[in-house]
Amino acid sequence: MAVKFLSDDTKKWQRHDLKTSLMIWSGWLAGLVLFVLCWQIISEATTWFFVFDAPRIAEDIFTRAMPPRWEYINELWEPLWDTFNIATIGTGIAILFGVPMAFLTANNTTPSRYIIRPICMVFIVASRSINSLIWALLTVAILGPGVLAGVVAISLRSIGFFAKLIYEAIEEIDTTPVEAIRATGASPLQVMAYAVWPQVKAIFVGVAVFRWDVNIRHSTVLGLVGAGGIGLQLSSSLNTLAWPQVSLIILAILLTVIFSEAISARIRAHIMNK
Amino acid sequence: MLELEKLSKAYTSGDYALKDVSFTIEKGQVVALIGPSGAGKSTLIRCINRLVDPTSGTASLNGKNITAMPTRKLRQVRRQMGMIFQDYALVERLTVMENILSGRLGYVGFWRSLFRKFGPEAENDAFGLLEKVGLPGYEDKRADALSGGQRQRVGIARALIQNPSLLLVDEPTASLDPKTARQVMRLIQDLCHERNLAAIINIHDVALAQQFVERVIGLKAGQVAYDGPPEGLTPEVLTEIYGEEDWSATVRKDGDEGASEAETPEAYAVEKE
Repeated sequence: MAVKFLSDDTKKWQRHDLKTSLMIWSGWLAGLVLFVLCWQIISEATTWFFVFDAPRIAEDIFTRAMPPRWEYINELWEPLWDTFNIATIGTGIAILFGVPMAFLTANNTTPSRYIIRPICMVFIVASRSINSLIWALLTVAILGPGVLAGVVAISLRSIGFFAKLIYEAIEEIDTTPVEAIRATGASPLQVMAYAVWPQVKAIFVGVAVFRWDVNIRHSTVLGLVGAGGIGLQLSSSLNTLAWPQVSLIILAILLTVIFSEAISARIRAHIMNK
Repeated sequence: MLELEKLSKAYTSGDYALKDVSFTIEKGQVVALIGPSGAGKSTLIRCINRLVDPTSGTASLNGKNITAMPTRKLRQVRRQMGMIFQDYALVERLTVMENILSGRLGYVGFWRSLFRKFGPEAENDAFGLLEKVGLPGYEDKRADALSGGQRQRVGIARALIQNPSLLLVDEPTASLDPKTARQVMRLIQDLCHERNLAAIINIHDVALAQQFVERVIGLKAGQVAYDGPPEGLTPEVLTEIYGEEDWSATVRKDGDEGASEAETPEAYAVEKE
């Protein structure tokens, strides 16, 4: 923001003054240089022979994988059901813990700004920064392989997600209804139920459906580390180079994801119309 | 009935929003609180039901000191003070009925309120009030589907279902068109007369205030600058409260009776929007 006085006493407005403009342009230049440097390093570390060879290998794998081994589907129903359950139960548990945590964290509803809020914040950050696959590695080590480890891994990852998105929604609510409900003599819990919750409910449903959808996708790979679901079949098929099975599993995963996406889209449309 | 004694509110910066405000309001008396923006009108009524905690001084309702009350007791006293807001302050995503019944929250426990079980008496009251404020049949509409005037009527019903003895009214007409503003003021006035309610009405529109109240308190920079009948608001007094301006069109002239149509409830009962 800079105003220049020209010789004839008129004012000229520019978005940036000269110094800021120079800084912005040198920033772009530095970015470009960094990009070229990185390109060079990557190029040196790549065995280009393998890259040029890639189309042939891909074609080779594709021909081996086709057609899918259709009769293998009978062994997939159960792991698919497990996958679905891991996502759904994991999401449910995450809601159970995440929503109260959101109320404990939000600036305007937390019972203690200096003790409880920071503790919740740390948990939220921890939960969110660790991928569900890594959570699954931990839960498999602790709980042993199986569906339970998957459920716990999914919910550990999702609690932080719920808590964060919902506490942000709580912090952005309109405060006048809160004042009005308090003025009636309502207790703090009643204020939550009548003034705060109705304002975040729609966001909550949207977030829950979205997270369930994401969790379906995540739970398809959890089996790779032994946390139950269809990923288990995927990893054993990969290990035995059973490509026709791999292609069928990928197809099954694709259909599951499309199915979950269709459901969540419908639920979301239903909420929007309300 | 309501007694303010040297009520003050200081901010941490040391500035006073309110300074030594004292006055008494009798049962059934309707008072307009006027003054420029930032004079402390909103702070004053919020200090009375302690949405804002005053720094010093006392406010007492029926002899009970509100300022020193522990939370649980305070909630019981708040039930006796209905509050009406400028921007209506309804919970937009709840229905009209839920909004009105929320005025009874101070009377029921958490679980009952969670399942919307306020009791048949409260429900009857709510239907009666809907009729009274001119919104019969609106119970299942969502609050965000209503117009400004309709929302304010719901806000009034929510305050009245508390069965209060005092109304705290914060700029009830500032967001409304002139006609709706008059209808809403008349509704508040009539309800106060009918139920013998005292009311403090914060209001910007001096002419509107003069038309509907029996007593005016002028606030200037957190202090009482005028306390008397609406006829006493001479250009000099208004200059004292607001500062220099041409007040000739604002001051009420003799025989200028705005309340001539006040007797007909139809005037506000039917409003098609």
